[in-house]
Amino acid sequence: MTPAPAPSLAAAPHGFLSPTGVEIAFLLVGLVTFGAALITVTTRQLVHAALWLVVALGGLAVEYLLLTAEFIAWVQVLIYVGSVVVLLLFGLMLTRAPIGRSPDADSGNRWAALAVAVAAAVALVWVVADAFRTTWIDLTGPAAGSTRVTGASLFRYWVLPFEALSVLLLAALVGAIVLSRKAKAGTGTEADGTEADGTPPAVPSARKDGAR
Amino acid sequence: MNGALDVALRLVAVFVVFLAFPLIVGQTEHKVMAHMQGRLGPMYAGGFHGWAQLVADGVKFAQKEDVVPAEADRRVFQIAPAVALLPYLLVLLVIPIGPGEGAVGQALDAGVFFALAVMGVGVLGSLMAGWASANKFSLLGGLRTAAQLLAYELPMLLAAASVAMAAGTVSLPGILHAFHWWWLPWQLIGAVVFFVAGLAELQRPPFDMPVADSEIIFGAYTEYTGLRFALFLLAEYAGIVVLCGLTTVLFLGGWHGPWGADGLGWVWTLLKAAILAFVVIWLRVTYPRMREDQLQKLSWTLLVPLSLVQIALTGIVKVVIS
Repeated sequence: MTPAPAPSLAAAPHGFLSPTGVEIAFLLVGLVTFGAALITVTTRQLVHAALWLVVALGGLAVEYLLLTAEFIAWVQVLIYVGSVVVLLLFGLMLTRAPIGRSPDADSGNRWAALAVAVAAAVALVWVVADAFRTTWIDLTGPAAGSTRVTGASLFRYWVLPFEALSVLLLAALVGAIVLSRKAKAGTGTEADGTEADGTPPAVPSARKDGAR
Repeated sequence: MNGALDVALRLVAVFVVFLAFPLIVGQTEHKVMAHMQGRLGPMYAGGFHGWAQLVADGVKFAQKEDVVPAEADRRVFQIAPAVALLPYLLVLLVIPIGPGEGAVGQALDAGVFFALAVMGVGVLGSLMAGWASANKFSLLGGLRTAAQLLAYELPMLLAAASVAMAAGTVSLPGILHAFHWWWLPWQLIGAVVFFVAGLAELQRPPFDMPVADSEIIFGAYTEYTGLRFALFLLAEYAGIVVLCGLTTVLFLGGWHGPWGADGLGWVWTLLKAAILAFVVIWLRVTYPRMREDQLQKLSWTLLVPLSLVQIALTGIVKVVIS
């Protein structure tokens, strides 16, 4: 997650971080987002991690808002806070969600994970900084990220990446269905595997009854 | 008018609506349910037909002890009611009740997305309550809430997307400005899907499996007492107000009516929303609770395909008439 550095670079032509209200708000929200993300990965309480993730993702939505990308902000709330975190909590509750600390919440791979995270962050910051070094957002004019503008740029200039992404998501969807069906056909008793990925528990059993 | 004063007035107006309308819906529910079941309902509080029953209930809730179970996760347990309630307050801000500038709290460019996104956040409150109570009934209730939300969010979103396609905009006032009367039959399937999915998201009967009192006491809210419990109840009724308002705006033409669209548009909005709220109560009295597997089946095998049919229909008609 790379919350903080983008604003200063976006505002670079106007001087490095000229302290207008929006930029200060952007930095502060970025700090909160970054802090919440840090707590998410360091806390020993599983469900708290999911709830801090809500704060981090919500903070990102506020950042989008401050960048005038209203549509993206609400989609962020809808998809990530409203659905992905609910799915996560659902999975946690189905498997185990103890109140208090989980002693085994630490992974032995955490240094590798940290290295990957830092590498990803550096790459993202580098790419974003390089690409948007000379662009800045006109905060006083008409919104540059309204639904109409976003839609036009998405379906006029970026339609190929968009379609490629939908094909990728479709492949993931088909893959998920194939995996869950295979697990069922293999043993017939392994209900955990199908339920943990968020499939409502009632549906597989109903299908099983129908198949036999 | 002064800018800051204008904003403050709008916020106060929305807040008053937020406090008053859920109580009105609640009182109506008391009386309508009672008369449908051959009873009188509350008759004493306040004198005239028990109009102050919910005020009295509120006073009672405020006097009760605020208990947090010993094993519970205190902070999450205490925040949960606020997380459940506040999203509906935010959604009320963007619902327009009349055509003018002054008839909406804050007109947003992507109002439909805002409303649906924030309504989804409200369910997080139930999940937090279900987990933090350290009670197996609560956990089951939370689980069922999550399963229900995952199942019904999709058809609701698809139905709303159909209207947005028809209007060519995702702003709520924009949709109403584009409205014509023949949208009613055109978007009929979407309207039914949206309303049913909304009921399920609010966990209203017959979709109240997450709070099924004969099985899991009161689901995620089992351990709550006093004011926090009252906040959860208020969230449910505020949810009814928001759902009826949204359905009115998206599918029933909001302020449009056979006559008086200019000065009396807000009356039409309120009237349509009130009729929908009556239907919500009516459904509660009429239908038995659905089982968990029936709930999931209804969503995945009926509502999702229907909403896709609606989107296809909207697209075809849109292409033909343009």
